[in-house]
Amino acid sequence: MSIDLKTIKHISKLARISVDEQRAEKLAGDLNSIFDFIEKLNELKTDNVEPLTSIAETTLKLRSDEVKSKNIREQIIKNSPQDNEDYFVVPKVIE
Amino acid sequence: MSDIIKQSLTELVENIKNKKLSSTDVTKAFIDRSEKSVELNAYITNDFTSALEKAKKFDQKPNLDLKLPGIPMAVKDLFCTKDIKTTAGSKILNNFVPTYESTVTENIWNEGAILLGKLNCDEFAMGSSNETSFFGNVQSPIDKNLVPGGSSGGSASAVAGQLTPVTIGTDTGGSIRQPASFTGIVGLKPTYGSCSRYGIVAFASSLDQAGPMAQNVKDCALLHEVISSYDPKDSTSIDFKRNHYSKELTNNIKGKKIGIPKEYRVDGMPKEIEDLWQKGIQYIKDCGAETIDISLPNTSYALPTYYIVAPAEASSNLARYDGVKYGFRAKGENLIDMYEKTRSEGFGAEVQRRIMIGTYVLSSGYYDAYYLKAQKVRKLIKNDFDEAYKKVDAILTPSTPSSAFKIGEKTNDPVSMYLNDIFTVPVNLAGLPGISIPAGHDTKGYPLGLQIIGKAFDEQNILNIAYAMEEKINFKNKITDWWIK
Repeated sequence: MSIDLKTIKHISKLARISVDEQRAEKLAGDLNSIFDFIEKLNELKTDNVEPLTSIAETTLKLRSDEVKSKNIREQIIKNSPQDNEDYFVVPKVIE
Repeated sequence: MSDIIKQSLTELVENIKNKKLSSTDVTKAFIDRSEKSVELNAYITNDFTSALEKAKKFDQKPNLDLKLPGIPMAVKDLFCTKDIKTTAGSKILNNFVPTYESTVTENIWNEGAILLGKLNCDEFAMGSSNETSFFGNVQSPIDKNLVPGGSSGGSASAVAGQLTPVTIGTDTGGSIRQPASFTGIVGLKPTYGSCSRYGIVAFASSLDQAGPMAQNVKDCALLHEVISSYDPKDSTSIDFKRNHYSKELTNNIKGKKIGIPKEYRVDGMPKEIEDLWQKGIQYIKDCGAETIDISLPNTSYALPTYYIVAPAEASSNLARYDGVKYGFRAKGENLIDMYEKTRSEGFGAEVQRRIMIGTYVLSSGYYDAYYLKAQKVRKLIKNDFDEAYKKVDAILTPSTPSSAFKIGEKTNDPVSMYLNDIFTVPVNLAGLPGISIPAGHDTKGYPLGLQIIGKAFDEQNILNIAYAMEEKINFKNKITDWWIK
């Protein structure tokens, strides 16, 4: 298989990482060598194998739906790169 | 005071308990050593001033019933520490100060230990050489320009270099065991679900586990006993009866059956590793245990499986770094542009590479071919271990296919870097515990490790086997203090 520049552009859009031409070419090379290595899995027949979806064979525990952290607005806002009193600020999205 | 840093955790605890040493003595000694060791670049953030204050406060009213009374300890910068910057080795979290504490570190402080600082690691724990950190690579105390391994490279360097008595790392595909092996120390990756993942910066959630790194097996057992706990805040934490690992530690492993998997004899493995393995088999026999040849037929598929599962989970986990609520933000012309620039400027090359792999294997049209396929192979790998454990109590393998390599040697070839984890990755995929112990040196004088893999929740057993072998091996780490001026 081969991952071309068009695919790199598509993935970078999905991943929300801007990639310039030069990086795109480097990434295509890297990803192709990694996927060549991954292709080894196709040697294995797995039609009748159940996928492993959880390593710990336990069922999730139920708990009551209670608010445990109260009045932590300030703490939550503390690390924001840009804020305005009680809100996170992002670039304008509505014209 | 110079002999303080040479003492094991067990000795330090004993000496503080019988008042031969104060917490202030011990804390001062490790701060002094750490300050002289800047060249190792093991720390990202130090907290020496407040560590000393805490030590003095401890000495005024010492609680000597605790398991780690007044013991100073630096931890990997992947654990959230309340009010102390936590970066995960990334630019994108360079200014992040958690408002909460990880459960594992909380368990440590609750037993009386004192935070020395936060240790360098590969960015988001993605790497095998500690060269992907935004804060620069870590030097190995073994030799200048040698990698300490990764991703817990700062942790390994700090323990081997005696900057901290013990530490904790995290292990997603070998990130505790490989650096432990490279630097001549002991590192345990516990069973998945043994240590809470709450407050640990997530990489691949179905693989990540925190674990202890120490100078010897007993210290490792003691620290594991402190950090392992059931935690309702982590939905994958498992409520099982935990041992008093250090108290129950014994070197009596007579009659134990240890499996030797033939598939770990990989092409191109240096003779030194094979010889080390044979030596390990002999030690096992000398301890009165029995070795049995076993087969783990799907071993060679573990690494390709890992490089689908881990990046897929990482791409999902790292979607949260968007420059909105915390962390680094780049300027953008609009919201989408801001996201894309933030992530492009905030993540390093290896992290971007893995996000791209993960995004691709989960993308429409490729999910079945890659992700579902990998989950099925993961099942086969786990079945291999289940089958083997019908015959044996534990498994012995080399920890790594080679000794530590030079800084820069593998950075241009991701696949050759990934191959470092060939012996450690299957253990994470199967959710099992594994411990690496130093077992010898190669011809260059660099340490080599052996790995003991256990059944799920059977940490006590692999700690015992490691303890028995440690006595026979009698390993001496060759630390020359090359970085001390």
